[in-house]
Amino acid sequence: MRKAPLTPAAEATAESDDAAAAHAPAEDRVRGAASARVFSRAGIGALSAAALLVLSACGGSGGDPLQDEDDSDESSADDGAIVVGSQQYYSNTIIAELYAQVLEAEGYEVDRQFEIGQREVYMPELESGAIDVFPDYTGNLLQYLDDSSDASEREEVESALSDALPDGLELLDSAEATDQDSYVVTREFADENGLSTVGDLADVDEDLSIAANAEFETRPYGPDGLEEVYDVEVSLTPVEDSGGALTVNALLDGDVQIADIYSADPSIEANDLVVLEDTENLVLPQNVVPMVTDSVDEDARTAIEELQAELSQDALIDLNTRSVEDQAQPGDIASEWLDENDLAQGE
Amino acid sequence: MSFLLDAVQWLFTAETWQGPSGLGVRTLEHLWYTFLAVVISAAIALPIGLYIGHTGCGRSVAVISTGVVRALPTLGVITLAALFTGIGLTAPMVAFIVLAVPSMIAGAYSGVESVNASTVDAARAQGMNSWQVLTRVEIPLSLPVIIGGIRLAVLQVVATATLAAYVGSGGLGRPLFLGLRNYDYGTMLGASIVVILLAIVLDQLFGLSQRLIRRLPGMS
Repeated sequence: MRKAPLTPAAEATAESDDAAAAHAPAEDRVRGAASARVFSRAGIGALSAAALLVLSACGGSGGDPLQDEDDSDESSADDGAIVVGSQQYYSNTIIAELYAQVLEAEGYEVDRQFEIGQREVYMPELESGAIDVFPDYTGNLLQYLDDSSDASEREEVESALSDALPDGLELLDSAEATDQDSYVVTREFADENGLSTVGDLADVDEDLSIAANAEFETRPYGPDGLEEVYDVEVSLTPVEDSGGALTVNALLDGDVQIADIYSADPSIEANDLVVLEDTENLVLPQNVVPMVTDSVDEDARTAIEELQAELSQDALIDLNTRSVEDQAQPGDIASEWLDENDLAQGE
Repeated sequence: MSFLLDAVQWLFTAETWQGPSGLGVRTLEHLWYTFLAVVISAAIALPIGLYIGHTGCGRSVAVISTGVVRALPTLGVITLAALFTGIGLTAPMVAFIVLAVPSMIAGAYSGVESVNASTVDAARAQGMNSWQVLTRVEIPLSLPVIIGGIRLAVLQVVATATLAAYVGSGGLGRPLFLGLRNYDYGTMLGASIVVILLAIVLDQLFGLSQRLIRRLPGMS
């Protein structure tokens, strides 16, 4: 796993160390005074006061490491470079790398801040302007911003999104490519039971079990949603690798009948798996969409949108395959793909 | 602090503990995995450790190999094993056994080695054969140290058994992973607290048994 860039929380902690260090000379002076009257009550009092100062310096800034800090302002943004961020997800990093290279070809200076964890961490960074461009997915982004929204189709989700986005942030055109949770079965199981849509699962006689991450249990498209919308009963077998090799193996071994695998995952094609069609849009569409701040100018936006127009579902699967099968680096994958598609040719 | 409050509130809610996926069942599963892993590990590790301690053969190999095995990351072992065995309990069991065996081997051979050499000589002089020396002198005298090794192994396994949930099994890892994925840190902390309490209780029980054994006649 690659190292995540310094998050604001981590930076704040680093700052607090400095703050503690700044108190040290004062403590030394106190200690010097105390040593004159060894063990005197006043000396001890002063020492503990100094200790308290140091302690409060630590506590004051760091606070809860799990909480976001939005007061930090690392502004690589104002030195002219466009800061491109990515989630801690290989496919997202490849897309971010595509954006970065397209922008570089247009002559922009780009600062890459890749592999930042989850929305809880990067959204505040975008709002504060510390990151300018970020590839995201429409459905999940909408749920994060407005979990009461009942939009379910691509256009609905996107129009709901533009309302829900905080000021200063905008979405560019979404791509055709989606990377969303999907209900996947083996070809054999699909043929045996005549399955092509999720609803067809209702007619399968055996007990159905689905391999997915633990959070599947509480998601709208989880067991409760499946029962409500499709009248399909499934039980969850938690496999915590987000649709990775363990999940795929569980499906191929027959430990489970269904697996939750992202629709742009190369393993679907590699193992001849069947994606069941979600006719009722239980899973929100997750089209790849660039989020940009106000500071990104029109030319940069056009460059990214030209790329977005080329990003079809097959293209995204192809990009992911190069990472998974060939273990290529995001930078190489992106430049190779941009060459092949005559993008990022510069002025 | 609010996470701690959430965690305590969660732990003191009756529904948390009820049902087939409640914390009560999860705790029992967790203890069962720990017990199973420790028993299997003991069956593997104790004979090896006692043999090394008794004969002195293979000591350096044991020291090096147990050291190497201890450095293996458990999550890696689970993932690797699960790629071969599939999801379920086998892969985590393999990983827990890998985790538990080194401390048990170390406890067994260092226990036997720590028995006073003149005591062993005296037993031989009285006509005991090698087996009798081991079972009547060395094992009883080294029991507190052997149990110390088991105690360490139990602690490691009970703290690591949460990873069983990574590949589709139960245990206290289930609420932990659920909390992690849903950003529900109260649940996560609550499940961790239960794991910590289990570890403390088990550790105290082993400590108690070590003290009781030391008090037996002839053990001082």
